[in-house]
Amino acid sequence: MELTLEAAAFWTLAAVIIVSALLVVTGKNIVHSILWLVVTFLGIAGVFIMLDAMFLAAVQVLVYAGAVCIMVVFGVMLTQRGSMEKSSLFNKRVIIAAPLAGLILAVAGFLAAVSKESVPLSGGTVPADTVSSIGEWMLTRYVVPFEAAAILLLVALIGAVFLAGEVNTDADGR
Amino acid sequence: MENLFVNTAGSIRNIMENSGLSPLLSDAVLVMFKLLAILVFVLINALWLVYMERKIAGYIQCRYGPNRVGPKGLLQTTADIGKLISKEIIIPRGADKILFLLSPALIFAPPLMVFMVVPFGENMAAVELNIGVFYFLAVASLSTVIFWMAGWASNNKYSLLGGMRVVAQMISYELPMVLAILGVVMITGTLNMSEIIRAQENTWFIFTQPVAFLIYFIAGVAECNRAPFDLAEGESEIVAGPFTEYSGMGFAMFFLAEYANMVLVSFMAATLFLGGWLAPFGLTFIPGWIWMLLKVYVLIFLFMWLRWTYPRIRVDQLMGFGWKVLVPLSLANIFVTGVAIKVLDMIGW
Repeated sequence: MELTLEAAAFWTLAAVIIVSALLVVTGKNIVHSILWLVVTFLGIAGVFIMLDAMFLAAVQVLVYAGAVCIMVVFGVMLTQRGSMEKSSLFNKRVIIAAPLAGLILAVAGFLAAVSKESVPLSGGTVPADTVSSIGEWMLTRYVVPFEAAAILLLVALIGAVFLAGEVNTDADGR
Repeated sequence: MENLFVNTAGSIRNIMENSGLSPLLSDAVLVMFKLLAILVFVLINALWLVYMERKIAGYIQCRYGPNRVGPKGLLQTTADIGKLISKEIIIPRGADKILFLLSPALIFAPPLMVFMVVPFGENMAAVELNIGVFYFLAVASLSTVIFWMAGWASNNKYSLLGGMRVVAQMISYELPMVLAILGVVMITGTLNMSEIIRAQENTWFIFTQPVAFLIYFIAGVAECNRAPFDLAEGESEIVAGPFTEYSGMGFAMFFLAEYANMVLVSFMAATLFLGGWLAPFGLTFIPGWIWMLLKVYVLIFLFMWLRWTYPRIRVDQLMGFGWKVLVPLSLANIFVTGVAIKVLDMIGW
């Protein structure tokens, strides 16, 4: 009973994720694309919840559905187009796109075929408190990538402030 | 009295188990019951708060407020809802029809989802979540997209401007809000709301984290888009912001969601800083959930008092205040809290 429920939930989520992700790419209106992107991210958060990773699910909602999509909204705000109807069009750069997509697929497929180690999805008990172990690992084992990401974000922040400041002085004509 | 609701839930569960439902199914049904109770609670609160707001506005402006429909005008909101339901829903020709109708339907979902983890009293959270506070922040951030969706789908310049203002404002004030809550989380070392309340047995965090409370409250007012931060619907500039094109019940949904959000922010403030269901001065003969409601209503009164006292601020003032005052102040608060925790630890307090 419980297993079939789980399977049903997983396949529903998977269908939602894939369909909405396809709609993100094929939609001609960029605003609709963003909203479908939110649905995709929420679906992925659902998968995290199924794996008992509550904290990661919340991060997924907060950072991706809440923040990244809002960043795209800011992008739309700065887009200069009369109508949003045709804001996200297709182009004909098949010569560049097709090999690139093929290459990515090939690399992913190769890696998937090479890695013999299968990751067990169920079986091991999930600790009740995942937050503290994530925090501990971030500041011990993964402290270098963690700090590198922090510096990267700081650089982006300073860069954004610098760029915005430049635009301001130009607008004033000084 | 103290365990009135807990016992009710227990007996409902017992009845279901005795009638032969499997534990999994009866659990699911019980959660549905709880969510239904929360929905009713939120809606009744919203109804009552609209009335309360108008009465308080009346008293602050030296007039009576609603006093014709029902005793003391108590049925005024009910009559208003009846009026709004019977009104025509107008969809502008240029609007994005699906999104236009979807946003008022969705606007209630994030606050309702967060109410799921709010501890209304001891053992009275519908779902006891380990990461409750973080869940609140994550889900509450979703309403930004819905506001923007409403503003964009209306295809009206005032709506779009209002929607963009909502986005900018919510992003700017979410940051100090998160950082202010971090002070409390640092002291308790948990994200579970019930445990945060239990950690306040001796002192409420409003006394140990006064700056954090102030920042949280200001950011909370801004997150609810209420005066003096109601630029999103500043009627003197952009008609009604994202809600300009909405009529009838569509408009009412946004209105009710604003009150639901206000109740939610007050519940969170009471949980994080005012000791939740804990009784002050040992007045434990009053049940915990009544204390919780009392604290929430004191905060809501503060919200309304603010609204009818201060004028609306300008957009640049709003952004400047958020980024140049609240964010540095909350970072300083985190720093001081961290140092204080270490020092008190060292002298063995």
